[in-house]
Amino acid sequence: MNRRVIFVFAALGGVLLCLPSIANNYVLSVATLFLFFAYTGQAWNIMTGFAGQLSLGHSLYLGIGGYASAALYFHFGIGPWAGLWLSIVLCGLVGSVVGALAFRYGISGVYFTLLTIAFAEFTRIGFDHWDWLGGSGGLFLKVTRRDQIDLLNLRGTPAMFYYVILALAATALALSAWLLRSRAGYYWQAIRENEEAAQALGINTFRWKMLAVVTSAAMTSLAGVFSAFYYNNLFPEQIFSINRSIETILGPIIGGIGTLIGPILGAALLTLLADGVTELVAALGWEVAGVKQLIYGVILFAVVTLLPHGVWPVLARKLKVSR
Amino acid sequence: MSLDLLNLANVIISGVLTGLVYGLMALGLSVIFGVARVVNFAHGEMMTIAMYLTVALFAGLNLDPFLAVLPVAAVFLVFGYALQATVINPFVTRPDHSQFMLLLAIAVIMTNSLLIVFGPDARSIRLDYLLESIELGPLLIDRGKLYAALVAFGTSMTLFGFFRFTLTGTAIRACADNWLGAKVVGLDVKRFYALAFGLGAACVAVAGCMMSLLVDVTPALGPAYTLLAFVIVIVGGLGSMSGALIGGVLIGVSEALAGLFITPSAKSMFSFALLILVLLIRPRGLIGNKL
Repeated sequence: MNRRVIFVFAALGGVLLCLPSIANNYVLSVATLFLFFAYTGQAWNIMTGFAGQLSLGHSLYLGIGGYASAALYFHFGIGPWAGLWLSIVLCGLVGSVVGALAFRYGISGVYFTLLTIAFAEFTRIGFDHWDWLGGSGGLFLKVTRRDQIDLLNLRGTPAMFYYVILALAATALALSAWLLRSRAGYYWQAIRENEEAAQALGINTFRWKMLAVVTSAAMTSLAGVFSAFYYNNLFPEQIFSINRSIETILGPIIGGIGTLIGPILGAALLTLLADGVTELVAALGWEVAGVKQLIYGVILFAVVTLLPHGVWPVLARKLKVSR
Repeated sequence: MSLDLLNLANVIISGVLTGLVYGLMALGLSVIFGVARVVNFAHGEMMTIAMYLTVALFAGLNLDPFLAVLPVAAVFLVFGYALQATVINPFVTRPDHSQFMLLLAIAVIMTNSLLIVFGPDARSIRLDYLLESIELGPLLIDRGKLYAALVAFGTSMTLFGFFRFTLTGTAIRACADNWLGAKVVGLDVKRFYALAFGLGAACVAVAGCMMSLLVDVTPALGPAYTLLAFVIVIVGGLGSMSGALIGGVLIGVSEALAGLFITPSAKSMFSFALLILVLLIRPRGLIGNKL
């Protein structure tokens, strides 16, 4: 990396760190959303971008993670810092069940993707009928005063939530960077490129694929916890919906799947795009339901057809930095 | 027959009839995947467009849905061919996630175009003869459902015949079986891929016309039908044509029974449970033969 690029990244990091003191609440909420997608995109990227297992059911881990911590808080008053361990363990377990079933039975490619969707949808409908957790009517966390920071119970100002998600996103980036250069990272890439060859070289592909799924699931569960306490409500129709899974994967795919910067860049582009489109639609007076999503779809279509590897690889070549 | 058993029989018959329409929808997906290896994540959205076309033709020109089938299917045949030939063909050799994103973008465009043009409210077709029932001994059969199922079944059989007995159909099967071999003997593989996509689209168009008689149409139906179509083809065997039809009937009946015994809102839970079971136990589907 040359010096100019490092400077740009450092400047961007600095802006992100000081953002709450210079931006208003609206900008802060947009930035929070961006970091949320950067985080979930990074988590998904480990499983799909690094290890090559295309998951379209990551809403499963968002939902289970969110519901586990929220239920502990709602029913027993146990705060999220204790509850998140339950979320991580549960999602790790669910991930390992999905992974073990799929990999033991030799399910791969499209079939694997459909299996991940099926598990998420199955769970969504199950939660719709689980009255202890509010069923389809939703689970609501008590909203207390927004101006007091209670970090222990994750109740507080938008700035507090912003720093929590910023820390999560930064940790995810550091973890991904470390994983990519670790033994696991090299094995994952070998499996992604050619599983049979990897196996022939003596890599226990089952074990390493499992590690990718469990890591990704456990990381995603924290995003679920964050989402539950940030929005103070959970609906199975929303958190388990396939649209959430799609939102999760859009960022890394547009930014550049399998890269470190891709998920962050993609999340930034998508958040700006969504926001820009909303503004544009409002300015032009086209506020008909669906216009925003339509423009979204057209731009997505353009990116997928014109930049099949995502934006970051192209940008990286221009900036002369390694991917 | 006791009243309970009679009720059960009626529900099962209704499930079989709806299932045949589901089967035709899934058959379209199966043809598209079996030949062109394209995972059509916009399948349910295409179905919903066909449903809206039928509703619009009925509302605007007072065209009976059973006549609207022909123009709608023709439009979809051309549209499907063009879509594959221009947009999707370059993606055939690209990785799964790339293909998926393309079809997802198409699906998003389709759903929201429908939302803009028709609005979010549910639409339906009201025809007097659809509400009549046919009495078959003690059984009551919904007239509209019966006709819809017959059309779906007839279309499926025509497609089977086309693939088995015509030269073009055989050529398409050859491309599905071994595209390199097909290329070697001089077939224009990409053109047959486009034709297969067109035929799959025509199937889903007929299924959509028929489905518009059975349910209210909203733009949000698309993703649900996409998932349903995938459940059916996996249960029947991805790429297997008879499997798609049988899978459709199986899912139709299981949905109807779940609606009767448990609660209608939980009906698709059983479809997904069935999908998970089939994937684990028989990943090639219940009927694993090839196209």
